[in-house]
Amino acid sequence: MSNAPIDFSDIQGLVRFGYGPLTEASFLLLNIRDAQAARSWLTTAPITTAVELDHAPMTALQVAFTREGLEALGVAEGLLVGFSAEFLSGMAGQESRSRRLGDVGANSPQFWRWGGPGRVPHLLVMIYAQPGRLDGWAQAIQGPGWNAAFELLDHLPTSNLYGAEPFGFNDGISQPSPDWKRQRTPEEDEVEYGNLLSLGEFLLGYPNEYGKYTHRPLLAADAPSSAVLSFAEDEPDKLDFGRNGAFLVFRELQQDVRGFWRFLDKQTDANTEARQNLAESMVGRRMDGTPLLPALTHPIAGLDPKFVAQNQFTYDLDVNGIRCPFGAHIRRANPRNADLPPGSNGLFARLLHKLGFGNARYRDDVVASTRFHRMLRRGREYGPKLSPGEAVADGPDSGEHGIHFICIVANILRQFEFVQNSWVMNTKFDAMTEESDPLLGKREGIAGCPLVNTFSLPQETGARTRIMDVPQFITVRGGAYFFLPSLSALRYLAIISRK
Amino acid sequence: MILATINPSGEAELRRLLASMNHEPGLLDPLNALVPFGQFDRLHFARILILDDQTLNDITVYDLPRVDYPTYLAILGDCDGPSDELLAEMVERAGDGLRRIFALCDGYTPDIDLLTWIKANNVSPAANYVNWIGRTVRQVGEEETLRQALEKFLQENSVSLRPMQPRQVRDVLKKFVATEEQSGRIILTPPEPTPLGWQLCNLLHLVGMPILLLIVSPLLLLALPFFLFQLRRCERSDPEIAPRVDPAHANLLSSLEDHGVTNQFSAMGSIKPGLFRRLTIILVLEAIDYTARHIFNRGRLARVTTIQFARWVFLDGKKRVIFASNYDGSLESYMDDFINKVSFGLNIVFSNGIGYPRTRWLLLDGAKDEQTFKDYLRRHQMPTQAWYNAYPGLTALDRRRNALIREGLEKSWMTDSEIQEWLRLF
Repeated sequence: MSNAPIDFSDIQGLVRFGYGPLTEASFLLLNIRDAQAARSWLTTAPITTAVELDHAPMTALQVAFTREGLEALGVAEGLLVGFSAEFLSGMAGQESRSRRLGDVGANSPQFWRWGGPGRVPHLLVMIYAQPGRLDGWAQAIQGPGWNAAFELLDHLPTSNLYGAEPFGFNDGISQPSPDWKRQRTPEEDEVEYGNLLSLGEFLLGYPNEYGKYTHRPLLAADAPSSAVLSFAEDEPDKLDFGRNGAFLVFRELQQDVRGFWRFLDKQTDANTEARQNLAESMVGRRMDGTPLLPALTHPIAGLDPKFVAQNQFTYDLDVNGIRCPFGAHIRRANPRNADLPPGSNGLFARLLHKLGFGNARYRDDVVASTRFHRMLRRGREYGPKLSPGEAVADGPDSGEHGIHFICIVANILRQFEFVQNSWVMNTKFDAMTEESDPLLGKREGIAGCPLVNTFSLPQETGARTRIMDVPQFITVRGGAYFFLPSLSALRYLAIISRK
Repeated sequence: MILATINPSGEAELRRLLASMNHEPGLLDPLNALVPFGQFDRLHFARILILDDQTLNDITVYDLPRVDYPTYLAILGDCDGPSDELLAEMVERAGDGLRRIFALCDGYTPDIDLLTWIKANNVSPAANYVNWIGRTVRQVGEEETLRQALEKFLQENSVSLRPMQPRQVRDVLKKFVATEEQSGRIILTPPEPTPLGWQLCNLLHLVGMPILLLIVSPLLLLALPFFLFQLRRCERSDPEIAPRVDPAHANLLSSLEDHGVTNQFSAMGSIKPGLFRRLTIILVLEAIDYTARHIFNRGRLARVTTIQFARWVFLDGKKRVIFASNYDGSLESYMDDFINKVSFGLNIVFSNGIGYPRTRWLLLDGAKDEQTFKDYLRRHQMPTQAWYNAYPGLTALDRRRNALIREGLEKSWMTDSEIQEWLRLF
């Protein structure tokens, strides 16, 4: 495999940067009115790339398309079939997918504001700006042909909660590190949890953690208009439409901030400290982001130095879930395990564990290896700030609060859908039963499992404390699977003509 | 596994009949009018499926002609006790429905004795895996009732129990269970003793197979270099057949999945031609059957804890194999477990099937080519027309936990730390 250096100018910036300093942002969900006008706009749109500049930019612009959007733009069927089945089907395209994602009951796509059947936007335009500059930037990126090209389906504003999400917890602390330097060779079995992952986990056209190339559309070398594309690393006679592109999963998650704090307040008899402790047990971190586990003495590969204090831990020191409950949100979203159970360092121990022996308890070694199921998170909050105290007290209606959950992955099924289905929503996660994620989890029973909304707090001595009847705090209001093309793929899209 | 050839003119009607057993695709009515699986209290899982092999053309990559095998109907079940007893029970209680089904198959006419015919068409598996040998349907149900009652008690009395020592808590729980048992709200049937005959057979098999292996080992050692040579030759030349999965096929399979916490999986394929591959798979399945019977019979198949029952059956003179399993979680997590935790296990069996992703030394690579493997698996997977699960809400780990809860109650003596560990089960 070639280890050619990355051409950052070909990658949309959101894959590499979260645009932290650009605290103003909004997301436009658009339908294509006229394909030619849309392509015109694409030709001149100032898309932000992943090139690192001396100074942080003042604004940023990214563009992503659903399958419907690519079709509307005139992309040939022969190219589209190269995409993964889940992208082609869409987030809400099949009942079975919605079942797996927990988009049932109140979360069903039929109730979504956008993204449900018949309301899948063609494209997502993401604009970011430094404070005070967003409105100007929104005007600037539109250009003359905008109204001819696009029809606005929905405009999703965001708000700056200074690094916290609407419940009040510091967010965005844990991110995997893509191997931009292309130095990583994943082992067959990794015995240590690591944060540095193969570039192909987040960007198409590069080897993933299996050392293979995720499916993406490839074109014959003589395909029309394809000169702008580069050749595929794994199939050098084909042009790689997906190279330097990625998938972007977007879910508008409304958060019932009042409901959350009021529930906890009631559980703890209005004891403010206990209320916060319970919230922190459910999330898996203190509100300021401090982990519930002590820091490891040895470093974890690939940790962002900015976040070492908050991220240098695994759960190996908490096998009973006392410090951080097994079902806490961040423990579910990232179990931080290695490929083999702890203690697999010697050859004999390794062999023993590989055959399934050497487990002390029935509940040991039951979670999948984390490194195949990570995602880059780029979400933004919306709605005003509402402190826990304010949320509990009576007050005027504060409107809607929530998070636009956004993640970037190369394999939607193995990364996003897997985490959502097998870890977050799963009432049987980590040998537990009758509970799913306290924040996101579904509260609808399933066949044979009528009780799904409890939350366990294992104790040092005695039986666990169990919170019963955890209400639904988060409702899905919209979502879609988008493709975030490379700059050269965008150039290709701009010049193709309808077949 | 009951196997019958479907009469081509009856296939459409058969599909209709099987569909009528379900509330909706993937959700069986356990007390359906045709074959009410829910009435058989020693039946863990069962399925009826039409063995619709979509890969019969694959053999042409070896320049061999396609064989048009007949389309079979298969009925599989996992039960407690001898299968003959269950089959007799099924004939007695669901005879009419079964007769309607088999009337659409070749070789069955109303004048034939159903039980005799079924037994004659019951094919033995090449390898059979049971998550926990000896755990009965009754036990599963009783222990879940026990757990739920104890959880409720713990929750209702959490305030008074909090200051108690673990040992005290256990005593209180034991008293509670005793009261519930007296009133009949909790029933804990003592386990039936394992029949001596079965134990004897098992012991003979346990020691007999290794002894056999020892006896033939000189021959095996002699054959080893030839085997390895032929293996590498085959592995280098055997073609892969794993095109991107057909979306319609995947959607159909998907629509039948994830209605509960457990899923079914049915797949079939042709074995790579040649004596070498046939011998290999026969020996490998024999070995898997042995390890499943004597080693991996306590909750784990190597590292995988989510398979409840699995079976491999040869068909058509050992030219084809069917694999059927009942597993917890989604297909994606099932495949993830196998690729990342037991790829060597998958490779050693399935690499003998036509088109499997390239392996090295029988154990390496293969399933590690994640996407190719997933495409291959979906390609060979068949829809299951009717699928029964006696306890749809209980995973294998749930059943194990419940059994441990019961064990902890019934143990005569436990140390303090054992009691604390026992309390962690709740």
